[in-house]
Amino acid sequence: MSASERLRVMFGAAPLKPERITPAAQQVHKLKRMTKADFEALKQHARDHQLVNHKWRNRRWAVLILVNLLFTFSFWLDIQMLEGSLTASRFVGFHLIDLNSALQVMLAHRHVIVNLFIGTATVFVLWVVLGGRSFCSWVCPYHLVAEWFEWLHLRLVAKKLVSDHQFHRGARSVFWLAFALLAVLSGYTVFETISPTGILSRALIYGPSLALGWVLLLLLFEVLYSRRAWCRYVCPIGLTYGMVGAISPLRVEYRLEHCFHEGDCRKVCMVPHVLDVVIKGRAPDLKTPIGPDCTRCGLCVDVCPSGALVFDIKGLNRLL
Amino acid sequence: MSDDTRDDDRAAAADEAAAANPAPTAGSRRPQAPVRRLSSRRRFIRSAFLIGGVLGLAMLGYVPVAGAHRSRLRPPGALEEADFLSSCIKCGQCVQVCPVAAIRLDDIDSGFGIGVPSIDARAQACDFSCDAVQCILACPTGSLTYRKPASLATRPGMPLARAPLLKAKAKDAEPTLNLPERIGVARLSRPDSCLAVLGKGFRGQARGAGFRGRLRYVERDRWRPVAVRDHPYDRDLCNLCVSECPIGDAITMLATVAADGSRQHRPQVLEQCVGCGVCEMICPVDPAAIVIDARQPWEG
Repeated sequence: MSASERLRVMFGAAPLKPERITPAAQQVHKLKRMTKADFEALKQHARDHQLVNHKWRNRRWAVLILVNLLFTFSFWLDIQMLEGSLTASRFVGFHLIDLNSALQVMLAHRHVIVNLFIGTATVFVLWVVLGGRSFCSWVCPYHLVAEWFEWLHLRLVAKKLVSDHQFHRGARSVFWLAFALLAVLSGYTVFETISPTGILSRALIYGPSLALGWVLLLLLFEVLYSRRAWCRYVCPIGLTYGMVGAISPLRVEYRLEHCFHEGDCRKVCMVPHVLDVVIKGRAPDLKTPIGPDCTRCGLCVDVCPSGALVFDIKGLNRLL
Repeated sequence: MSDDTRDDDRAAAADEAAAANPAPTAGSRRPQAPVRRLSSRRRFIRSAFLIGGVLGLAMLGYVPVAGAHRSRLRPPGALEEADFLSSCIKCGQCVQVCPVAAIRLDDIDSGFGIGVPSIDARAQACDFSCDAVQCILACPTGSLTYRKPASLATRPGMPLARAPLLKAKAKDAEPTLNLPERIGVARLSRPDSCLAVLGKGFRGQARGAGFRGRLRYVERDRWRPVAVRDHPYDRDLCNLCVSECPIGDAITMLATVAADGSRQHRPQVLEQCVGCGVCEMICPVDPAAIVIDARQPWEG
């Protein structure tokens, strides 16, 4: 309102509508055209963004560390609950065999004994129930270490010291086929030689090894060159469990109505392609399950301020 | 974020715009923008290098296997080496059940043999303290097995003529070990340094005060192996390899009378030797006069 206009009003003229309104003020006017409920929801949403929530991350880290410690202590303290390592073990006597390791052994050796079959079948059923790639984020020790180094990578990216070089995600499928083929052709479990999951698991139980140098190289590669490269583009274990998870009822579900399409979830996600559905205009339905490549890590569930991403069990009509 | 990521985002935004306003020829792929084509070509080349690099590094694991200068002693019941490497799932359950901790997992310098169990007999031999060959029981994949399937290879000289008698179980109803094949065979490799050959006795700790190896001395404790350093010997003629051998009829002390009338002694390995390595561990001279030839057959 100009000074002359204010004086005019003082001397008796009726106030006129302003000729010009600043964009900021226009924005507020626009907001106030909403219903009161809408406006409050918006304010609440903005406040929710300030809340830092690590509920699922903390639970996941606790489970991951506990499982791996159970392996370690079963040997060190001889409590004999979970004997062996992640590739194969016995839980209070029941055989458990990692699906990818079992596949490598079966392809290389071509002779399956009963215990190997039982252990593999048990683990298959276990991870169908628990969500397939949830093995990655809830059990695999390399996942946790890589998650810590990813934080370092993101810090360096923010300071523009390094940048993330992406690979084609089809590379992982090529690796899966190549390692399966190499096992058949060579008769050796070739992948196990470089598997950081096996190396770390054995190191935690049987003590440090030279092989940890290889794991460190992988982590350096991820910090300096490509974000979470091993898990995203290489690891055939992830793809094996991903295939198992395709028929799992446990998954993260996307709820369109709650979504503000801000994309925070895709920034924290290790496999953001599964969250393509959150882009404005992509969701085919009000509720959409997230694909089998999702590791069920819950980072997106934690970061979403409006509850658009939640853990869900198919057929079970309640939230976890 | 890298340039590529930004390109991808930009392209994704363009895709969205296109979806909002479908072109007349809906369904046909729009030609890629030059910048995007370039970045996707770069990504493709990078991925090819990644695939080649990782597979190449993994295949490097073949080098130590092909070299095979170091012929490692595998735990009892192990399949032939090639079958053993292919069937072992590298879990270490055999390590966990061994009462004398004889089994160790190999490191990445063994290539494809990473995480595969082996025994360094000089440091700690398998003395069958467990009686039942627990490592075989623990193995989930049949790499260590009581009964090898007919389809898997066996070399002549590897199967034992009869089930080995375990001296510690001599008084039990079933005194033999369920072990159809040997894991190696002992050989007096340095007779010149063998105390028995030299006609010498032995007094004291067999391997010195610093040695951490353990052995089952049935007369002391059948179920708890004792540190070798806590069990000093006093022998007029050294015969530790013969007396401490856990297997019956596997080694004997051969006595001959020489031309000048003096008695000569020499440990003689017999066909029932399973290759456990206790003789190599207990041999008091350094380096050991008797060693295990890992995975070697009996040659008579």
